[in-house]
Amino acid sequence: MKERKIRVLIAKPGLDGHDRGAKVIAASLRDAGMEVIYAGLRQTPEMIVEASLQEDVDVIGLSILSGAHMTIFPRVLELMRENGMDDVLLTGGGIISEEDIQKLEKMGTGKLFGPGTNTNDIVAYIKEWCEKNRRAVEKEEVDS
Amino acid sequence: MTPNDLLKRFFGGDRRALARLISIVENEDPRADSFLNEIYDHLKGAYRIGITGPPGAGKSTIVDRLVQNCRQAGKTVGVIAVDPSSPFTGGALLGDRVRMTKTELDPDVFIRSMATRGSLGGLSKAAQDVADVMDAFGKHVIFLETVGVGQSELDIIRTADATVVVLVPESGDSVQAMKAGLMEIGDIFVLNKSDRQGADLAYLEIQSVLQLKPVRGEWRPPVLQTVADDGKGIDELFRKLQDFYHYQKERNILSQKFQERVENRVRRYLEEQILRKYWSPETEKQFQRSLKAILERKKSLRQVLKEFAP
Ligand SMILES: Nc1nc2c(ncn2[C@@H]2O[C@H](COP(=O)(O)OP(=O)(O)OP(=O)(O)O)[C@@H](O)[C@H]2O)c(=O)[nH]1
Ligand SMILES: [Mg+2]
Repeated sequence: MKERKIRVLIAKPGLDGHDRGAKVIAASLRDAGMEVIYAGLRQTPEMIVEASLQEDVDVIGLSILSGAHMTIFPRVLELMRENGMDDVLLTGGGIISEEDIQKLEKMGTGKLFGPGTNTNDIVAYIKEWCEKNRRAVEKEEVDS
Repeated sequence: MTPNDLLKRFFGGDRRALARLISIVENEDPRADSFLNEIYDHLKGAYRIGITGPPGAGKSTIVDRLVQNCRQAGKTVGVIAVDPSSPFTGGALLGDRVRMTKTELDPDVFIRSMATRGSLGGLSKAAQDVADVMDAFGKHVIFLETVGVGQSELDIIRTADATVVVLVPESGDSVQAMKAGLMEIGDIFVLNKSDRQGADLAYLEIQSVLQLKPVRGEWRPPVLQTVADDGKGIDELFRKLQDFYHYQKERNILSQKFQERVENRVRRYLEEQILRKYWSPETEKQFQRSLKAILERKKSLRQVLKEFAP
């Protein structure tokens, strides 16, 4: 069996501005050996979850600068649950206050990253999460 | 998901099961063989269309438009978009989806991005296995997008039923394409970005190059001009693809293609297996030692060759 690659979908939902930040993250994850599906700008939660489902990703990463994080993250979470994607990590970052981060993490997102985060921290977090969680899933599949 | 569950859901039309099965096949997971056996009886002969051409030529934009045409004609669609893995880190940035947004939430369109993963001829195998999975799922038409450089990318395209080569007006493009072997494999040529300067000249250039190409059968590969961004020329391209399909069907060329594909896959598989078996880490070490000996002029190349294959 070949080495199982970590697959990540990166999107920048919302109607505002540019996707420079999302692209920088995408490139860092690629440089860390991951396969990054770049979905681009203006994605709705429905599009994000559908694309993630088709690509069978381990991780969904959203970059949100528009302030719409309190609607987008919960909606993506909801759609993930509807589609049975409980083994997929939802993470992301942008201009999000510490308070909102705590609320969203409580709702079930993974770790979220505020402004000025070092991309290395995000890479490390995703790697660690996949190592821990994927092994559990694979074990379950083999056992059943 | 147990293997049986997964298959049941797959045949029930569950897109998530399709996605998972593709991963299993792509990863050469130990379960892949038995799954591929199970689905083989369900292959329905989806029409496989390869789209290739230089980086940034507009391949994804064209696929996006053609998918729309297929949907209007009532066909369900699978797309396999291949991008290169970095040989240094093994990572990949798969960006084709960005241009494939016209049918984004249509449940009968399934798009999957694949990285080349730098395997020895294994890419073509993996891509064809994934195409089989989509076929068994019930997709009528499957698009395979690859950049038209590199042997393994061209290998994938060669396995398609129809091949569309996308070129752009940039100077010397057609000459480059000829060198890369693209002129040989195209059934239909598209000059995209025809809104750009030099399009007419490039069009004539491509036509004159194609005239030099020996014709096989009665099909003369046409050249079409498109502006994929705003859809100009795409209906015409779709009609040409339909013409080509009928041309092949009437002459039994599709079953011939299928036979070629099977033959090719068996050969490639064997080659890969033999290589894998032969080229063990031990052999690699020995090879490195011999290489050094050659460079130090302690042995001749011929001697070393004989050592490896007496
Ligand atoms: N001017 C012009 N631009 C176009 C046309 N078609 C596509 N583009 C633009 O060309 C760029 C590349 O298009 P893609 O469809 O991503 O090209 P591609 O061949 O799939 O690219 P890779 O997969 O990266 O090799 C995009 O910015 C498109 O908007 C066209 O007909 N005219
Ligand atoms: Mg593309």
